[in-house]
Amino acid sequence: MTQEMIEYIKNNPKYKELTQKRSVFAWRLSITMLILYYSFILIIAFQPSFFGIPLSSETIITLGIPVGIIIIFSSFALAGLYVKRANSEFDSLTNEIRHDFNQKFNS
Amino acid sequence: MNKILTLHFLPLFQLLAADAIEGGVEKQPLNISAIIIFLIFVAATLVITYWASKRTKTAKDFYTAGGGITGFQNGMAIAGDYMSAASFLGISGLVYLAGYDGLIYSIGFLVGWPIILFLISERLRNLGKYTFADVAAFRLQQKPIRTLAAFGSIATVILYLIAQMVGSGKLIELLFGLEYELAVVLVGALMILYVTFGGMLATTWVQIIKAFLLLFGATFMAIAVMVQFGFSLEQFFQKAVEVHTKGIAIMSSGGLVSDPVSAISLGIALMLGTAGLPHILMRFFTVSDAKEARKSVFYATGFIGYFYILTFFIGFGAIILVSTNPEYLDAAGAIIGGKNMAAIHLSHAVGGNLFLGFISAVAFATILAVVSGLTLAGASAISHDLYANVLKAGRVDEMSEMKISKIATIALGIVAIILGIAFEQQNIAFVVGLAFAIAASANFPILFLSMFWRKLTTRGAVLGGSLGLGVAVLLVILGPIVWVQILGNAQAIFPYKYPALFSVTIAFIGIWFFSITDKSKNGQKEIEAFEAQDIRSQTGIGAEGASKH
Repeated sequence: MTQEMIEYIKNNPKYKELTQKRSVFAWRLSITMLILYYSFILIIAFQPSFFGIPLSSETIITLGIPVGIIIIFSSFALAGLYVKRANSEFDSLTNEIRHDFNQKFNS
Repeated sequence: MNKILTLHFLPLFQLLAADAIEGGVEKQPLNISAIIIFLIFVAATLVITYWASKRTKTAKDFYTAGGGITGFQNGMAIAGDYMSAASFLGISGLVYLAGYDGLIYSIGFLVGWPIILFLISERLRNLGKYTFADVAAFRLQQKPIRTLAAFGSIATVILYLIAQMVGSGKLIELLFGLEYELAVVLVGALMILYVTFGGMLATTWVQIIKAFLLLFGATFMAIAVMVQFGFSLEQFFQKAVEVHTKGIAIMSSGGLVSDPVSAISLGIALMLGTAGLPHILMRFFTVSDAKEARKSVFYATGFIGYFYILTFFIGFGAIILVSTNPEYLDAAGAIIGGKNMAAIHLSHAVGGNLFLGFISAVAFATILAVVSGLTLAGASAISHDLYANVLKAGRVDEMSEMKISKIATIALGIVAIILGIAFEQQNIAFVVGLAFAIAASANFPILFLSMFWRKLTTRGAVLGGSLGLGVAVLLVILGPIVWVQILGNAQAIFPYKYPALFSVTIAFIGIWFFSITDKSKNGQKEIEAFEAQDIRSQTGIGAEGASKH
């Protein structure tokens, strides 16, 4: 990649939009996942009996079971959120940037 | 109570490495239906290998299946790499033994995946070609970076192979009634066939088929158990609590992680270790572009999460159906073959001999598929990184590079067989822990910072990465598993089983310090080259495409 190409892409406002939006979104999702996981782990480390509390007086199912299942589902759901936005918004921005680039340098 | 639980709880990595090992392995009578089903699997995979060999002509085909694997297929293969015999038998065994605590491991194994998706999967695909060292060495000096990355890869691969080979020998002895040595040689020979002839294409399809069979078998077991309770969770858990010796305690977390330092260190090792395993990273280069790479992680996360929910039900199902049936227990009331056999006995309880044979064959297939992926990753590090780029400085034709990679595959296969036999009677509990520690402390920091941090230089990466590697190895040796359990010292010098929190921190600080103090001309050039790299990693302009067939 030549310096001219680098400058061209860098100065494309769509490139700025793509990298900024994607980076904010990706880090937000990552931090959400980390908070979920480490809260879970720290409760286990400091207050293990918390997950043994029954959901209600009539059931044997404890709080820990839905919490565990919810964490598994949320990791899939967060992944889905990212893929959904990336497949539409980020991919179309990327395609526009590539299109602009090819028009200028590969024609 | 807590003390008893802690005693039962092997540390995670011990569990991974040990899987079918501890708990009195005794040779079982020949299991005919298992052997027949396994032979069908082997025949099918050999046909695939033959088919793949026709399509494996170039180096790109060999290393990455020509980049033509779809996101869905790759997601299934990644899940297959992850759903090892250790996860299947080990985690369901943990649930059988202690109930809820087994789920904690499952979650730890899963949560790294979304983060890999958000932060690294697309960049990895846009920058890489065959190995993760391609990414790390993108703007840095090829020779030192590739040497270190190849060393990290080969060390991880060999350690992991030892664990898998020993595990497979013991497991096959137990399930099929075959001799240990015969089992190890069989695994080694089949893996050499798959990889040398079929390359990544065969390896991927073996992994996909196995993942499908395993998901099918596990789903069948979970449903067969729940049918007996009319799909009522209430009755299901009620019954489990009734029959389990620990009673209601199986519904809550017990003595899994005793202190916050271990908890966090374990979390870091699992998450970052996964993102530094060479055979997993290599999978990202088998798809055509960043979009497919992203999709593959999404599907993988789904399959892995689903699988871990199933193992939870299988473990509880085994509590109800296996622990109450004298057929599966020895005179003392303990489960025959050790706790890792819980899922295997359950398969017999719900599906008779035929289904037992099916699940046993799938467990064997699982090991075969995982060792194939590992060997391919190790062979690529030798041929692509060390031979083609370090030794020959990139001036090498494709044919001789491929030849070297096939020789490396055969050599690694033979090394794996020899080590598998040599380590039969050894305590290998530390090896997977060490592999994860190296992956998290050497491979991952270099890879991550090369993509995200402009100021990384070769000096920083090499010195900091080596420091992380050295500290990880040292702390594993000085820790409780090697220093106390294997070397027989009274007190561990380093008190924690998982060194990742410390070794990863040291690696990052080391890389940072030796990069910012690097005032060399080369270092300056590398910093300037970040912009071009970043543009390629963000947009895929200039990235490797798929080859056309």
